[in-house]
Amino acid sequence: MTVTTSNPEVLSELDRPNSYIGKSVPRPNLERLMQGRGLYVSDMELPRMGHVVFLRSPHAHAKIAGIDAAAARSVPGVIAVVTGKELAAVITPWVGVLSHLKGLKSAPQHAIAIGRVCWQGEAVAAIVATSRAVAEDAAEIVRVDYEELEAVTDMRTALDPATPVIHPSLGDNLAFERNLDAGEVDAAFAGSDAVVEADFIFGRHTGVTLEPRSVVADWNAAEVRLTIYQGTQAPHMVQNLAALHLGLSESQVRVVCKDVGGSFGIKVHLYADEMATYALSKLLRRPIKFVADRVESFNTDIHARDHRCLGRIGVRRDGVITAFEIDDLTGIGPYSMYPRTSAIEANQVVNLVGGPYVTKNYRARTRVVLQNKNVMCQYRAVGHPIACSVTEGLVDLAAAKIGMDPVEIRRRNLIADNAYPCASPSGLRFELLSHHAAMNKLMTMMDYDALRAEQAALRSKGIHRGIGIASFIEVTNPSAAFYGVGGAKISSQDGVAVRLDAQGSVICQTSITEQGQGSESLTAQIVGSVLGVSMERVRVILGDTDNTPYGGGTWASRGAGIGGEAALQAAKVLRRNILDVAAAILQSSSAELDIADNAIVNAGDGASRMELRELARIVYFRPDTLPPGVQPELMATRHFVPREYPFAFTNGVQASWLEVDTDTGFVKLLRHWVVEDCGTLINPQLVDEQIRGGVVQGLGAALFEKCAYDERGQLTNANMADYLVPMSGEMPDIDVGHVVSPTAETELGAKGAGEAGTAGAAAAVANAVNDALRPFGAVITEIPLTPQTILTALGRI
Amino acid sequence: MPISLEVNGERVDAQVLPRLNLADFLREQLQLTGTHVGCEHGVCGACTVRVNGEIVRSCLMLAVQTHGASVQTIEGLSDSGEVADLQAAFRNRNALQCGFCTPGMLMAAQDLLQQQAEPNREQIREHLSGNYCRCTGYQAIIDAVETTARARGSRTA
Repeated sequence: MTVTTSNPEVLSELDRPNSYIGKSVPRPNLERLMQGRGLYVSDMELPRMGHVVFLRSPHAHAKIAGIDAAAARSVPGVIAVVTGKELAAVITPWVGVLSHLKGLKSAPQHAIAIGRVCWQGEAVAAIVATSRAVAEDAAEIVRVDYEELEAVTDMRTALDPATPVIHPSLGDNLAFERNLDAGEVDAAFAGSDAVVEADFIFGRHTGVTLEPRSVVADWNAAEVRLTIYQGTQAPHMVQNLAALHLGLSESQVRVVCKDVGGSFGIKVHLYADEMATYALSKLLRRPIKFVADRVESFNTDIHARDHRCLGRIGVRRDGVITAFEIDDLTGIGPYSMYPRTSAIEANQVVNLVGGPYVTKNYRARTRVVLQNKNVMCQYRAVGHPIACSVTEGLVDLAAAKIGMDPVEIRRRNLIADNAYPCASPSGLRFELLSHHAAMNKLMTMMDYDALRAEQAALRSKGIHRGIGIASFIEVTNPSAAFYGVGGAKISSQDGVAVRLDAQGSVICQTSITEQGQGSESLTAQIVGSVLGVSMERVRVILGDTDNTPYGGGTWASRGAGIGGEAALQAAKVLRRNILDVAAAILQSSSAELDIADNAIVNAGDGASRMELRELARIVYFRPDTLPPGVQPELMATRHFVPREYPFAFTNGVQASWLEVDTDTGFVKLLRHWVVEDCGTLINPQLVDEQIRGGVVQGLGAALFEKCAYDERGQLTNANMADYLVPMSGEMPDIDVGHVVSPTAETELGAKGAGEAGTAGAAAAVANAVNDALRPFGAVITEIPLTPQTILTALGRI
Repeated sequence: MPISLEVNGERVDAQVLPRLNLADFLREQLQLTGTHVGCEHGVCGACTVRVNGEIVRSCLMLAVQTHGASVQTIEGLSDSGEVADLQAAFRNRNALQCGFCTPGMLMAAQDLLQQQAEPNREQIREHLSGNYCRCTGYQAIIDAVETTARARGSRTA
């Protein structure tokens, strides 16, 4: 890792001796996971627990004429077979819309289908048994009579008058449309030396978390309370919605989130089968466990990125980009997902295209259509890979058209590093970005000129390598502007409570969650640094609505920036409180004291005055010895939400170096570089690993991943043998560098980093493939870049 | 069907259905939940365990096939200290995020290190190419295995 600081501002509260900020310390609690002692929901067993298996529709669109479950109910071990209509007695339907996405419409969705199924994989009945195996056996003998209906599968014809309307009550299949027209686009195109146009096509893909979605719901009829154990990124959101649809108050629902086997946005939504599991527990008055199998995961975990985007760019001979224009189309399945909706990705595409560049001329349209496929919604880097691929693909096409180097055209158009604060044509406000510093650093890291020379030398030997560059911006630290303003009960603030225990250790409760990103670590690092307590004496509790402050959780690259700031502020209050008590005990003043290495010390000479353990002993067990009127408060809570900027934008640039075998169409990734700027680096190693993991998800999208549907709406590769994911053998080493521009909105200065890798990786690869194929005159603007796609473009097949 | 086997050095006698696979047997009957189920058809490697010294996909093996065999899971390898250095390297290099693939990954990595004293990065990538990790992008895992291989090599040298 290499770091360049563009803003050398010193962080007083954190820049202390023995500070953990900026240190690559190992995450706490990894031993548990490495020794097989983790507790994932799929590991959980409760007394009297029933296992639910959902019988799922084999058809993309069909009327349910009848369900005969008599034989299944008589199978020994079967506890119940429940249809959608029966379950509707305990749970209400929902509609996935938000008021700030004007005009967004969707139809009521039930936990289990009633009367009609709208995608292959929608649940039609729940079979609950004493074991999963018995439930699966019984599911096989439930008879469902379907009357197949015409399936709407092709997004391009979804709005045609001849196409059936999936939900007649909505009038048409258009869920959402947004138009934007900024600057003088027509005049800009007219004044350009060249206008280049391309149709960008993105494969529908999905998150493929290694642990499938899993829930154990435990309705305790005696307590009149539901406990939900679920691998979710947003426990309080689940609590709110489960209560709402089960007719309970939030205080009657507790959500507990233990270890989570991968999330990436897949586990930030509320799925029908999860709602059904909560409802079944209430209906059957016992714990119910649902663990999706892999086929169910592919058919029901949200998909993403199914977009076709026609893009245009205008450019002058001197390399100045004059305008961007896009016409984006996406198909989201039969329902807008709940509660975050399925219009966000398209909305982000409109927001983000052209984002790194100066031009103010930008016109965009996006249309979001309904179809009879699995639902689409937010997956890691929502909208960014599409916006980045379209933007950066167009920039490369423009560069090729005017015969300019791809780096040079970017340098002439990226927003200057001293131009901030400023705003994009779509209204995004940028506080402080560093596109040029990032590009300069990238050039050094990859030795761009030497690589170009190597590329040229290899060309003469018939070896076709390519370099692809992709600049990007990323939405992080979202305020209430993301969901709250649209009416969703999704908190954008987070809270942290910190307390000193009776032995001078620290217990910290935070509302952000952990799925492996390092939330525990960054919280402990911040709290330990502010308090002067060693990290191993800080225990972090998260993922339990009964035992943490209220907050949003971990998604949208928000954990470190928002939850981290709350931790910082809470620790500062506790520190003051501790020093006040210490001053009373030591007959000193708090200004003359400090905390370091788990002890009260003199601020001046650092001499140890009293162990924290001793202070805690006095406070908790001998308060009678404190001076009169001193009431120690060794617990502090603070909450934080960004108010100044709706989002803390980050930026970065990626580069790919790869080789295309023009005989087989195979792409070999040789190296990948990322320079990004997420502000303050709390734990550089964790940031780098977020970047690397994110890049590889983007590389999967670029080369392999696609949910292959046929024209009848059947998903034909719903397993891990046919749906290809990146494995270690095909992945390159990834070099990560940083520019550091802290946000001034927080004392911590941290912005998010979790999605930057995914945002730009596919764009860099696509540009590199086109760079490699340039002598052949082939241009590909479709991912995944399979051998078939490449050979077709080369005219070889 | 009755089966007798050794699991992590302890004798186990159990009644199992013929269709029960080894992964479910370990997880559900023996509560050894460190062995994870990811894809359920031998592709992802999360369920990797050792049977008679060889690593296998426990979702592709029936419990009855382990009659008379010696099975080792991540719990056994951890308790014996056999992979303690590998685990330390994973921790220091942050070679795991969600941790769901990690038991299988450690099993496969240890298998490689037993077969080959100092594998290069390509060989490590190749040997682990049947173990899916969605979080890390693999590089940290390759680094951790490489570090462990070197450390073991210098100890024996």
